[in-house]
Amino acid sequence: MIEAVGLTKRYGAKTAVYNLSFQVRPGTVTGFLGPNGSGKSTTMRMILGLDAPSHGQVTIGGYPYRKLPNAPRQVGALLDAKAVHGGRHARNHLLCLAQLSGIPARRVDEVLGVVGLQEVARKRSKGFSLGMGQRLGIAAALLGDPQVLLFDEPVNGLDPEGILWVRNLMKSLAAEGRTVFVSSHLMSEMALTAEHLIVIGRGQLLADMSVGDFISANSADFARVRTPDTDPQQREKLTAALTEAGGQVLPEQDGGLRVTGLPLPRISDLAHGADVRLWELSPHQASLEEAYMRMTQGAVDYRSTTDQRAGLQQQLPPGAVPQPQLPVPGQGQHGWYAPPPPQQGGQPFAMPQGAPAAPAPGDANPYAAAPQAPAAAPSPEMTKRSEESR
Amino acid sequence: MTTPPTPQQPQAQPQQPQAPHTQAPQPQQAYAGAVAAPQGPPATAPAAPPAPAAPAPPSAWQQAMSNAYTSPIPVKRTNLGHALTSEWTKIKSVRSTVWTLSIFLILVIGIGLLAVANTQSDDYQDVPFTVPAFFGLMLGQICLITLGVLVTSSEYGTGMIRTTFTASPQRHRVLAAKILIFFTVAFVASAGSILLVGLMASGAHSGPEAGDIPWGGTVFKGALYVSLLGVLALAVGSMLRHSAGAITTMLGVVLVPAILPGFLGIWDSTQKLGEKMADYNAINSLAKIFQIDDFDSATGTSQLVLLIVLTAAAVVGAFALLEKRDV
Repeated sequence: MIEAVGLTKRYGAKTAVYNLSFQVRPGTVTGFLGPNGSGKSTTMRMILGLDAPSHGQVTIGGYPYRKLPNAPRQVGALLDAKAVHGGRHARNHLLCLAQLSGIPARRVDEVLGVVGLQEVARKRSKGFSLGMGQRLGIAAALLGDPQVLLFDEPVNGLDPEGILWVRNLMKSLAAEGRTVFVSSHLMSEMALTAEHLIVIGRGQLLADMSVGDFISANSADFARVRTPDTDPQQREKLTAALTEAGGQVLPEQDGGLRVTGLPLPRISDLAHGADVRLWELSPHQASLEEAYMRMTQGAVDYRSTTDQRAGLQQQLPPGAVPQPQLPVPGQGQHGWYAPPPPQQGGQPFAMPQGAPAAPAPGDANPYAAAPQAPAAAPSPEMTKRSEESR
Repeated sequence: MTTPPTPQQPQAQPQQPQAPHTQAPQPQQAYAGAVAAPQGPPATAPAAPPAPAAPAPPSAWQQAMSNAYTSPIPVKRTNLGHALTSEWTKIKSVRSTVWTLSIFLILVIGIGLLAVANTQSDDYQDVPFTVPAFFGLMLGQICLITLGVLVTSSEYGTGMIRTTFTASPQRHRVLAAKILIFFTVAFVASAGSILLVGLMASGAHSGPEAGDIPWGGTVFKGALYVSLLGVLALAVGSMLRHSAGAITTMLGVVLVPAILPGFLGIWDSTQKLGEKMADYNAINSLAKIFQIDDFDSATGTSQLVLLIVLTAAAVVGAFALLEKRDV
């Protein structure tokens, strides 16, 4: 059980983490998501007592980390796969960590077997690939048979077999009743592994909810409907019928319609009733990635721009018209993902409503306006979705 | 939450069978054990329901612990002994230790043997038999400084320090273990090599021409001096967290006071300072310890005291910064 209350970390003028409060419960895998530079690693380091928080506190099982009587027996952590002395071979690396908490040497050989590094146990870790380093880090985390486990990007550099192994490992660890807290940028992986999500952006909590709730709250499942291109009137007819029945209809660029708030059979029935033929009626289910992108698009610090290649081009003669460039999908386009569903009252995200306690009084929130940004994106009403279509 | 083992039986069977029952579950239930402790003798236990009797508030996290995993192996509190074994494993499992110590031994013993071979018995009339080791130690101290710096700063350079401090959040214990292990290694290596050179010199040249100067003290003091220089380097490495920076700093500490007096002697105002530096720099201090200085009475005790004070100050600084800084 990890409990953070009003956690704040400042590095000089930069606030890396601001007023973060959350709980990580035993028995489930809790994913920890956020864009680059959003404060995930800083938070993990504060949990592990490596960085001292500027305000607030974080405890594990009721203790601050640095007060734990035998930390590796209670908390196992993989922070950075490369946080090893490269000149020491794998077994000695684990052995010195084991000795630090009174763990017998035979346990070292045991975890080396668990992560599949027995054959390179006597090889210096300098020559390890990233994936082997990750395995070594996971071995170090498992060494003390701990109740709480933290993994920062555990699947980085692992082969598909290793990713599958880590996924099953996380799940089995959680099933044993351990607290498993995992950060990752691989959304597809998180969707398969985690049951609960904590999402932060610019150092602040954006969401603390189950994966299912997160996807539902931050994306709209919709049905795509297409009427014959040859007859635009049919499209208007169907739009009117669907709106009348309580659905929201949003035209798409290619002539299709996005319908929310109505189950697929009902759409079909309405179309039949309105005497409209359908060329397409397909369900569209949101992925975790889409929901995550939608939520965090206002909190992304490092965003790519379109590569103009202007620095490489020759100066155009005066009067020449520059060649228009075709846009590259996904590059420098803010609206690539569907805009967030606006909710009444200007609350862009389904934030947990029990607001965490404010930190020290007199602290102005430096990001008070920052996460509101996506709300400004114009979008029609898309919030409601049918439960049946999911 | 596992319900605390409550002595809830009525007063019929008071003490004898109850005692083992209340004690038995405690080792398995780390959290429940603490709750059960204040429940007093069974005879006085009230017949009230057990739940509200728990003195600790059943907070949210305690309830969440109910289905939480508990390792079957008991968790023991760690101590300095664990840190010492760990640091011993660390220091012997990297090549930098092997390299620096073997170069140190080659320098001290090798140069010492050359000196022994090229001296006569009457050379030892006013100096102890360990003097041949002095020449090697002047160079060899650089090796111990390098090793001392690397013991701490290599962990910062590789990021290993984060793993170490995650495994032992009691940071002071890790630094204390590093200092103790390094000092022991450095002292044994330097004392052993000085002793070896001294034994060989006395074996080769113990004629009637050689003076009978006691040399046991020079072994101890010489080894202590270079080992303390190493500990100073370790503390500087812990404060600067950067191998190259810390080694350069320590070279400055050793060499600058040996070079500067030449300049400082030019001006009257700095002449005093220059003389002090000439007296107390690392190379001259070693010379005094091995009694090859011009002054007969000097045995390097005050130089040793200065180094002890300096090292103690650096170690205190290292400990203070260690607890305060983020890793």
